[in-house]
Amino acid sequence: MSWTLFLQHLANGIALGFVFGLVAIGYTLVYGVVKLVNFAHGDIFMMACFFVYYGITLFSFPWWLSFVFAVFLTALLGISIEKVAYKPLRDAPRISSLCSAIGMSFLLENFATVVFGGRQKAFYQPQVLNKTLNIGEIRIQLVTIVTIVVSIAALLFLNYLVYKTKMGLAMRALSHDFDTARLMGINVDRTITFTFAVGSSLAAISAIFWALRYPQIWPFMGVFPGWRAFTAAIIGGVGSIKGAMTGGFLIGMISIMLVAFLPDLAGYRDAFIFMMLVFVLLFRPTGLFGEA
Amino acid sequence: MLEVKDLQVNYGAIRALKGISFKVERGSIVTLIGSNGAGKTTTLKAICGLVKAKAGRIFLNGEEITNKSTNEIVSRKVTMVPEGRRIFPNLTVQENLLVGAFQRKDKDGIKQDMEWVFELFPRLKERINQKGGTLSGGEQQMLAIARALMSKPDLLMLDEPSLGLAPIIVEELFQVIGQIHQEGKTILLIEQNAYAALNIADYGYVLETGQIVLHGTGKELLDNEKVRQAYLGG
Repeated sequence: MSWTLFLQHLANGIALGFVFGLVAIGYTLVYGVVKLVNFAHGDIFMMACFFVYYGITLFSFPWWLSFVFAVFLTALLGISIEKVAYKPLRDAPRISSLCSAIGMSFLLENFATVVFGGRQKAFYQPQVLNKTLNIGEIRIQLVTIVTIVVSIAALLFLNYLVYKTKMGLAMRALSHDFDTARLMGINVDRTITFTFAVGSSLAAISAIFWALRYPQIWPFMGVFPGWRAFTAAIIGGVGSIKGAMTGGFLIGMISIMLVAFLPDLAGYRDAFIFMMLVFVLLFRPTGLFGEA
Repeated sequence: MLEVKDLQVNYGAIRALKGISFKVERGSIVTLIGSNGAGKTTTLKAICGLVKAKAGRIFLNGEEITNKSTNEIVSRKVTMVPEGRRIFPNLTVQENLLVGAFQRKDKDGIKQDMEWVFELFPRLKERINQKGGTLSGGEQQMLAIARALMSKPDLLMLDEPSLGLAPIIVEELFQVIGQIHQEGKTILLIEQNAYAALNIADYGYVLETGQIVLHGTGKELLDNEKVRQAYLGG
């Protein structure tokens, strides 16, 4: 294995790490605020790809407009899921909303199968993004660089949102104590709506980059990326944005490097990922950055 | 300013409040005393809209606020300091105070009030960038009160501020409550520490198993034989 090849894999690993990280942040944000594992998150990810697909084929939007349109629709989808499936159960035992989340996941998968069809569809590949750049001897696809740049921008924006705005302050207050937050005049419903909108938009952004890399979309495409991102969130410590990002990186790197260096074991990729989860939980039950 | 008429609250089959009536005049300190489970906290929660009243009515400045949302009630300048402090341990002292001012939009006013609460509680200023969870119990109680003051309330309701604090800190705390009162706030104080509460209060009500059994000025209740036996250790 040459040095340049390694750097190429490294760039791919980083890009994939960002993709998983952004999805993992969606899990972590929602869990942090409402203490709910949103099992439908992987399917929200899948829906975003179909929104792009239909934006282009049905409405003949240019690809970039279709991307923006999909992010917007996905945010709306996340908000509606919360309103329909989680809000009515907010005061119920936690197991109820967990069941509701799993049900929502099945509903979306089967809705997509019936309405969009179960066969794989080709995701549009904009010519511009398919260009290959030669940096010295390293060959990197433009889409890899765009993934990294857009993800960093999304992370900076998220950081600003959570730590510098009033809405972020409300989210952080809510994550600890609903009743007291309410007593301070925080609008709990609006803050939760906002949290779902942010989490779902991040899922949409990462879904688009995922589909640009693996351009087949189908109703169950969200299942494994969803599980891996959820694993990333747990490895990093649920509730921690930094942790979700770190977990995402670890999983992105393992996914790419395993295929690159030990191609014989590539089929066991998910086994390695879940093994890492077991190890982290054995030594740090709250995850790398989690609080007890 | 606040008038509660025949308020009833049930938790399932349990009748927590069986119809209580009391008044808080503008500019006064009124206290509700009573033992555990008498319904003191429930009364405050019902006023704030955190629990629903089954019957009865609550008026604020003559307007009915029964069963309105907590948000609406906070916007009418009623703020509660919850039992057990309930500060946000993951937020800094400054952020905790900003959460208190959440509904306010007057940036200058917020700044001024922050200076004011730092004057009341100088120790908070020293810890301005520390996480709330790292403060001592007494400091957390001060932060809880300061946070409530940041909403610029007309009516401040305190739920057992002395709970779990060392006597010397309780004394300090009641001094500050007196000071806040002198600066024009109306205060509704709930306490198990009946002696400290009645000493500072203009008027007091004694609550027992969801009913008001006695009321009078702070001094009258301090001298009352029944109160002395039940709450002041004879």
